Amino acid sequence: MDYEKMDSLQIDVLREIGNIGSGNAATSLSEFLSCPVNIGVPSVQILDYDQVVEALGGPETMMVGLLLQLEDDIKGMIMFLLHKEFAHMALSALMGDMYNSFDEMDEISASAMQEVGNIMAASYVNAIADMTGLSINISVPSICMDMAGAIVSVPAVYYADISDKIIFIGDDFVRDDSHHAANFNSHILMIPESDSLEKIMTSLGIEI
Amino acid sequence: MSKTVTVGISDLNVVKAPDTLVTYALGSCVGICMYDPVTKVAGLSHIMLPSSSLTGSDPKQAMRFANTAIPMLLKKMESAGAQRPRIKAKIAGGAQMFSSTGNSAISNIGQRNIAAVKQALATLRIPIIADDTGKNYGRTLYLTAEDGVMRIKSVNRGEWTY
Repeated sequence: MDYEKMDSLQIDVLREIGNIGSGNAATSLSEFLSCPVNIGVPSVQILDYDQVVEALGGPETMMVGLLLQLEDDIKGMIMFLLHKEFAHMALSALMGDMYNSFDEMDEISASAMQEVGNIMAASYVNAIADMTGLSINISVPSICMDMAGAIVSVPAVYYADISDKIIFIGDDFVRDDSHHAANFNSHILMIPESDSLEKIMTSLGIEI
Repeated sequence: MSKTVTVGISDLNVVKAPDTLVTYALGSCVGICMYDPVTKVAGLSHIMLPSSSLTGSDPKQAMRFANTAIPMLLKKMESAGAQRPRIKAKIAGGAQMFSSTGNSAISNIGQRNIAAVKQALATLRIPIIADDTGKNYGRTLYLTAEDGVMRIKSVNRGEWTY
């Protein structure tokens, strides 16, 4: 199935997966951080590599990337990207006084961030699984803090022979506790392999 | 006035002094700088993948692979006046951005790119005089046509030159 030839109904399906996934993510984040987290309407777009990098603020934007692989009925990758401020907020909420700064990513911060990545990825993967009844497993997240262009090039290179299109979901979260309200945005890249994308569509009764 | 020309991913370009070439955020991709110091013709290629067995003539595809992009860059430099015996190369990139993905095809791609670039340059008998490849961080690469200096910039480790 070709990403470039998707019709508006098929794109709506992806949008709906994005909406449900983002809702799940807000709920999970709220539990994980023990504070209320609200979410705006997510944006769901089909973009190519260069557009993704621009949407992240340019190739040299410093970001934290968490990469997970999708296995079982659906194969592909999912990547969670967040700015340092988001990582900082999540770690300080999680670790309290134990946490100093995110400038040096030590083992504890890295593993806490991997857990955040796991929760975020699972939110979207569960949205797909619930809608389609397909079984999807996710791998342990692998983490990297570097330039956005270098991080996003990893799935772009891996899937270069298949497609250069990526499902790009932008989320705006608001952490709203008694002390302060703060806005954080994050991005999810979903790259199901093309026959897995077909499976998602057909299991929803959509002709391809 | 000198200008800076950006080379995108799976792209290549050639400039003359006093211009500069730049390619941003190399991850597992490799940037190949080639330079003729006499005519001050500089070329830069940003490859994504090691090699293509495809024999098609689509130039957009050719710029993606080490084994097709490097000969293409050489040809473009020669048309701009560079002489092959004087051309030397400097290479950077090929990092492993994510460790332990459990997928060796992802972990090894940087190393495979580096090997393919070295092979392609050896085939053309272009010596590599600087090599800043591997490791685990992203690199932005500048090549100034005035002096052939390759400058590397990283977000976590600062800047340095070759």
